[in-house]
Amino acid sequence: MGIKVSASRKIFLVCNIIFLLMVALLCIAPFINLLAVSFSDKVAVAAGEVTFFPVGFTTISYQFITNTSKFFMSLLVSVKRTALGVPINLLLIILTAYPLSKTKEDFRARSLFSWFFVVTILFNAGLIPTYMVVKSTGLMNSIWALVLPGALPVFSMLVVMNYMRSLPKELLEAAYIDGASHVQTLIRVVLPVSIPTLATVTLFSFVDHWNSWFDGMIYMNKIQNYPLQTYLQTVVVNPEEFIRNNTDLSGNLSKYLSMVSARTTGAAQMFLAMIPILCIYPYLQKYFTTGLVMGSVKE
Amino acid sequence: MFASLKRKDKLLRELPLYVMLLPAVVLVAIFSYGSMAGVIIAFQKFIPAKGLFGPQQWVGFHNFSTLFSMPNIGLVIRNTVFIALCKMIAGIVVPVVFALLLNEVRHILTKRIFQTLVYLPHFLSWVILSGILINLLSPNEGFVNIILGKFGIEPVFFLGDPHVFPATMVLTDIWKTFGFGSVIYLAALTGIDPALYEAAVIDGANRWQQTRHITLPGISSMVVLMTVLGLANILNGGFDQIYNMYSPVVYSTGDILDTFVFRLGIEQAQYALSTAAGLFKSAVSLIFIVVSYYLADKLTGYRVF
Repeated sequence: MGIKVSASRKIFLVCNIIFLLMVALLCIAPFINLLAVSFSDKVAVAAGEVTFFPVGFTTISYQFITNTSKFFMSLLVSVKRTALGVPINLLLIILTAYPLSKTKEDFRARSLFSWFFVVTILFNAGLIPTYMVVKSTGLMNSIWALVLPGALPVFSMLVVMNYMRSLPKELLEAAYIDGASHVQTLIRVVLPVSIPTLATVTLFSFVDHWNSWFDGMIYMNKIQNYPLQTYLQTVVVNPEEFIRNNTDLSGNLSKYLSMVSARTTGAAQMFLAMIPILCIYPYLQKYFTTGLVMGSVKE
Repeated sequence: MFASLKRKDKLLRELPLYVMLLPAVVLVAIFSYGSMAGVIIAFQKFIPAKGLFGPQQWVGFHNFSTLFSMPNIGLVIRNTVFIALCKMIAGIVVPVVFALLLNEVRHILTKRIFQTLVYLPHFLSWVILSGILINLLSPNEGFVNIILGKFGIEPVFFLGDPHVFPATMVLTDIWKTFGFGSVIYLAALTGIDPALYEAAVIDGANRWQQTRHITLPGISSMVVLMTVLGLANILNGGFDQIYNMYSPVVYSTGDILDTFVFRLGIEQAQYALSTAAGLFKSAVSLIFIVVSYYLADKLTGYRVF
């Protein structure tokens, strides 16, 4: 490029890359280790021999899991809650963001409703009142207890609302002059141009539903209703229990008992639970970033 | 746009908007406002069998006086604020430094790869991360202690030593959040006008002077904004993280308001006391949130809506 790079600058750049490389490794190494442990022999794991590559490669931990019903039961609950929760989140976000994106002249009650939703960010009722409300609505032990209380993610709604507000006025005016109703304007004009934002909030809500564990723990009394992360939490907190419970239950598992440990089966289950996130990771990176930046853009 | 319309027509035109809002309003009214109304439990001698809004006996501020006479409440509040403040400060400094260093990498692909790697922990739940960390940090077979042992350092009880536990929480929280936290600063850095740097070079400014006088001022408003918004979390020690990694041995330094509220409410079924503690947290947080939004608007022009 013709620009002279000084020696000290070169040294800095090299050190910088090495430092960043170490930082990046620090972020990713625990997951590589997890994967290696899940495919390793339990003796090697217990001896601390496993770092980044499996030692005594075996899929026995995964075989053990496929033979336990709890993992798959909770996986099913998680799939169900995500399949119900994400579309409901998205629908309510759209239905709320559109009216609130109108100007005060077009929708006089806009401020009132905006505040109605924003207040819920400002003040948190706390654990017990929320728990009691869910209990008195009779949703305990139902999948709806994991979906309805958070049916409208207010922060996401605000992101979409701000985006819709930033759309050029001419677009909406043209639709109005053509005689389009609000529903038509929303479906034909506003939604198609809002796709990037909607993708962002959809991913937000997917990650949220997939990663939630606390609601499952307090609203579900039976372990067969636990979503995956809630079930995993019991495995994380009490790993030995998991092995014991499962081997007690069905005889065909006892043959695995000598071959797996809490460490290897725990690692296998955690890795399996990470897979959906890893699958959508490229999109997450792309859209979360834009969403975050959008959320911070002022009008 | 519709200024010419008559009142009745206007209402007719607005009607679909009300219908659209209806489902969300109903759900938020039940679950959010219903819960908010439920804080009355804090002022009652609450008996669950009588129902949430049932004929309970009112006791005024009795639950609060009981709460604040509990021997460990002061400690819990102190732990909460200490852990939250440390996370807040480190949560600004580390992402800013990381963004600045990453910004020096001119090779786009290398930059992308670094970003991809450091964002990952952000998207995983504390359940999974705790599971991984508990193993890595274990005193006898944990990887971290094996490495430390090679340098002749005695095993550290990261999760079992009350002196170390808060530091472990802050460090592991940074590990999860710093990468993604840097996104906002990287965006601000790319927004800086390259002409400024060119002008500085012509004026003979060296790299450090450029950083000091162009780069840092360029992201300072974002740093101010994140600091101010962070204030809202003054009582958020991080329930998901701490609940999954703490144990009674480290209650003295690791028990935070949220874990305290949880044990009191769900494990011991002391509904009224737990609600009072939760309400205390929410009330203090409300003040901080309002102040932080106000400051964010005044200092940087940021508005939530």
